[in-house]
Amino acid sequence: MTALRPHAEDQYAEELAQLASADDRPRPPGWRLSPQAVVTYLLGDGAKITPKYVGPRRLMEVAVSTLVTDRALLLLGVPGTAKTWVSEHLAAAISGDSTLLVQGTAGTAEEAIRYGWNYARLLAEGPTEAAMVASPIMRAMQTGAIARLEELTRVPSDVQDALITILSEKTLPVSELNTEVQAQRGFNLIATANDRDRGVNELSSALRRRFNTVVLPVPASADDEVEIVARRVAQLGQSLDLPEVPAALDEIRRVVTVFRELRSGLTEDGRTKLKSPTGTLSTAEAISVITNGMALAAHFGDGRLHPADVAAGIVGAVVKDPVSDGVVWREYLETVVRERSDWRDFYRAARDA
Amino acid sequence: MPERLYGIRHHGPGSARAVVAELERQPPEVLLVEGPPEADELVRWVADAGLEPPVALLGYAADDPRRAAFWPFAVFSPEWQAIRWAVERGVPVRFFDLPFAYRLTGEARRTPAVSPMPVPDGSPASPADAPASSNDVPGGAPGEAAPDDATAGDTPGDAASGGAPGDAASGGAPGGSGAPGGSGAPGGSGAPGGSGTPGGSGTPGEGGAAGAPGEAASGNAPGEGGMAGEGGGAEEPAAPLRPVDPIGELAAAAGYDDPERWWEDVVEHRGMPAFEAIAEAMAAIRDASPEDPDDLVREAYMRSVLREVRKKYDDIAVVCGAWHVPALTRKVAVKDDTALLKGRKKAKVDFTWVPWTYGRLASWSGYGAGVSSPGWYHHLFASADEVVPRWLVDAAGVLRAEGVPTSSAHIIEAARLAEALATLRGRPLAGLAEVTEAAEAVMCDGEPLRVELITRKLVVGERLGGVPDDMPGVPLAKDLTAQQRAARLKPEALERALDLDLRKETDLRRSRLLHRLRTIGVPWGEAAATRRSTGTFREEWRLRWQPEFAVRLVEGSMYGTTVAAAATAKVVRAADKAETLADVTALVETCLLADLSDAYPQVLASLDTRAALDADVNHLMAAIPALARTLRYGDVRRTDVAGLAEVTASLLGRVCAGLPSAVGSLSDEAAKVLRDRVDGVHTAVGLLDDADLRERWMSTLASLGGRADLHGLLAGRLTRLLLDAGRLDGAEVRRRLRLPLTIGTPPAHAAAWVEGFLSGGGLLLVHDDALLGLLDDWLADIPPAAFDDVLPLLRRTFGAFEAGERRAIGERLAGPRATADDGTPGGLGFDPARADLVLPTLSALLGQKITDSGTARGNETAIGGSPPGHGTANGGAAKADGTSGEAR
Repeated sequence: MTALRPHAEDQYAEELAQLASADDRPRPPGWRLSPQAVVTYLLGDGAKITPKYVGPRRLMEVAVSTLVTDRALLLLGVPGTAKTWVSEHLAAAISGDSTLLVQGTAGTAEEAIRYGWNYARLLAEGPTEAAMVASPIMRAMQTGAIARLEELTRVPSDVQDALITILSEKTLPVSELNTEVQAQRGFNLIATANDRDRGVNELSSALRRRFNTVVLPVPASADDEVEIVARRVAQLGQSLDLPEVPAALDEIRRVVTVFRELRSGLTEDGRTKLKSPTGTLSTAEAISVITNGMALAAHFGDGRLHPADVAAGIVGAVVKDPVSDGVVWREYLETVVRERSDWRDFYRAARDA
Repeated sequence: MPERLYGIRHHGPGSARAVVAELERQPPEVLLVEGPPEADELVRWVADAGLEPPVALLGYAADDPRRAAFWPFAVFSPEWQAIRWAVERGVPVRFFDLPFAYRLTGEARRTPAVSPMPVPDGSPASPADAPASSNDVPGGAPGEAAPDDATAGDTPGDAASGGAPGDAASGGAPGGSGAPGGSGAPGGSGAPGGSGTPGGSGTPGEGGAAGAPGEAASGNAPGEGGMAGEGGGAEEPAAPLRPVDPIGELAAAAGYDDPERWWEDVVEHRGMPAFEAIAEAMAAIRDASPEDPDDLVREAYMRSVLREVRKKYDDIAVVCGAWHVPALTRKVAVKDDTALLKGRKKAKVDFTWVPWTYGRLASWSGYGAGVSSPGWYHHLFASADEVVPRWLVDAAGVLRAEGVPTSSAHIIEAARLAEALATLRGRPLAGLAEVTEAAEAVMCDGEPLRVELITRKLVVGERLGGVPDDMPGVPLAKDLTAQQRAARLKPEALERALDLDLRKETDLRRSRLLHRLRTIGVPWGEAAATRRSTGTFREEWRLRWQPEFAVRLVEGSMYGTTVAAAATAKVVRAADKAETLADVTALVETCLLADLSDAYPQVLASLDTRAALDADVNHLMAAIPALARTLRYGDVRRTDVAGLAEVTASLLGRVCAGLPSAVGSLSDEAAKVLRDRVDGVHTAVGLLDDADLRERWMSTLASLGGRADLHGLLAGRLTRLLLDAGRLDGAEVRRRLRLPLTIGTPPAHAAAWVEGFLSGGGLLLVHDDALLGLLDDWLADIPPAAFDDVLPLLRRTFGAFEAGERRAIGERLAGPRATADDGTPGGLGFDPARADLVLPTLSALLGQKITDSGTARGNETAIGGSPPGHGTANGGAAKADGTSGEAR
């Protein structure tokens, strides 16, 4: 396997196959697994199936049920709350294909959602089906698979509204050819959007109505978050072929603590108020800080994760705005970190970083 | 056995339906229901259409109504349904739980320190109540009285705390921490506890917990504990847990989070022999759990009643908590039961029906025996079909009412999602969890606030019960009902705002009623943002009826039989007890607001006495503003304030007499306090509109103003007040101002003088060139050495001015004064000739001949030189003149 990051359906092919073989419940048309098996795939079963999402079970149940009722699913949450991660695994588990993906940006055009044209052919042959270039969503409709649309709120409003017909009529009219593409059973759409970007291109209420909304929260407890980070770091380490570094749970806990405290503006013991930096300090960032630290430790250190390896990463994650975040970080360092006797190494390392 | 036992889940709609179905199938001759036997008389009211659940049986000790307990019933309570069934068919109904009367005496015996005090002053926040309530209501009693024990936590965790009253009593100082729970009650959920029960509150550690009293009232934990204490002594350790909700336990064992759904699936859908199965299951659970000593006593009583009833009837139906069923079927010797019940004395108790609310029923209000979702249960019980769609339609209605657009399509999709979720979770029908999550995902766009809205309005619901008008109750409560009808003000459980215009008859009546109720400790309305200083005829209230007000009414009834009489008696009593003058003045205000004219003479007399005895002129001065306000208020409320005017006048006389001796030798702080007081009285005197009083006050000030030993702050302030009042002319003020600012005065005194003179009045400086000039000159005259000392003090004064004022003063100093001398046009350059063109029109408008700018210029000096106090009468003209003058 040479892909830098294999798709979910490839990486977890074994688990999916295992679930499929043991799955005796009815499967909705076009689904590879029953809804219960999909939930199990996401949350793990405590044995062979690893948890992909750590969080409230009911959220995943609502998400899967939404897709069963052929309503589109909108995953909301601040950056780094595993929206994309969940949508990828949902698509992998339900249709075995997580690649039908449209990345929403301010420049996303209608062609990316509907269809475009191969202009050479269009000129040569005129409008024919062969000259059409199907978008991932159109392909998903044709094959009866789950399509994914990332960062829906970044897409300009007029482009967003192209989804309305697709979602309500489950069809995509091709006026140039006087035909249409009808969605096959099993088609659905998972969109993600982030809370902080609300208002960038707020969904029209007509479109909004076609989505069920599931808000993914930041991990509720420090232990949950440590578990998430540790698990992802281990997975990333494998897929990036980093040299083995024993995952230092202490360091992970420390990074998670720092992130949580700064995010909530309050120390874990609830005694000290803190300023919050401008960045979101998501779990995903904590993961990358640790991964980065492990790479440092493996290649330039003694193969063990030391405070110094993560310190630089943390500073980089916290200080997004050099002026105001710098103050926040220094305050945190001097008032909180310094007071903690078992954080001495980290304090020194962070000051030098 | 001649009886059939129906073990139910308290407040379980499934149980309710099943009980009614069973009764229909096999109508009994007599019905026994778990509840206080003293309330047997009240059962007949259930047939009355006016008694509308949720309601509660309120039981209280006749000699001390604050020892009270509630037995709530909702429409979906099995007991309620069973009683209704029986009453409608003329089947006799008996409550057969341990009498409430036993529990009261049982406790009184155990806490010797108690001599049930009559309510001290009844004010709910008064700490005086506290010891009383924590002492003589050792909670045990009412606690166990609850009908809810199966669901209610008769948890020994509580038992331990319940045991504590014993400790508390012997410790001798039970009041302290127990108090807050009881006394803090008014708005909160703890209220019934405050009045009723709080076994829990006797425990110092728990006293503050609002939840504890609530539970106590509903009757479980502390009560049981009290009994436990009796049996095993106060030191009894926390016993192991007896299941709080046995049916809930069964449901949990079966993997259900909602016992009702379990009942639905397991009991309802499987046909009839439900109660036998439940009884068996309970027997199994009871065998494995420890017995609660309190349960044993109650069950002994239940059995003895049962024996007695068996002699008369052959066909008996018993509705009680499922937990008790095994105990009632068990064979126990008569003598064992009598032994348990021996030696209990009865206290005299009274019972009545009171309205209850779903909010109070929900456990989140601290009602341990409650259900978390009464609204949902009500819905389950009330809707025959299409439970989920009907619920979602209601939810959409709630959202629409809040302006959230929710279409039918939303409801359809939410219903589909709820079904899909139920299927995913392997449940036959969508339950509360599914519909809530579906509503959240589809209708609320995942916004927690909207979900919370649905929870509050629908899942809990704010239904308020009602009782028939002709039901015998305490006279005070009946009078209140009459008053409410007269004022057209209905008690509602949901908070709402009320805007009153006191010029209208009805609104005035409402306002008086609300004020009177507050006086007797029923804070039905909270005054919102009083605007005393400006509006005198508007009042804003926030209304919210709490069920525990019923207890307050019972308490209040010892003061009088009508709202007005009770309030009067209470105010008079408070006036007698009042310690300080300020307390009494507050009462005077209350008297007027609540229109308690009978209390008025006595309160005034008390005020006069206090004023005469109070030597501190500061206190006297503090009292005056409130009185002056009251005098003004009285006009709108059409009350007789003549007596008050006299008292105020005499008070002011005392102040005028005492002030001269009070102003000498003051520290900086004291001077500041006194200055504020003087300001307050000065404003008040202005409000009084009495020329003689005003004259007297002003001459006092004038005589004071000349004294040399005054603190700088006061001297400056007095000069300013006299200046504003026109008592001093410009020249005199200038002289006085220069005097303290001369070399002979220490800079600190001078600065204090300036502060007193200028505080709160930056505008004066902006508009009074002469004054500003004087100050400017003085500032420039200060020797460099002293300047450093004065600067901070000056800065303090000027720092208190508005930024705009400061800037205006600065501009004033930098600009026009300089330009006025050299005659160049100011910032507003305009042509006088053209400005003159408007004069004819102005003359016509003002009805006064204005010839040309020349005359205006003539006026300029006089007007510009006088402070605004003088200039206000013709302020508009002065402004116009000033401008044209500057342009010259």
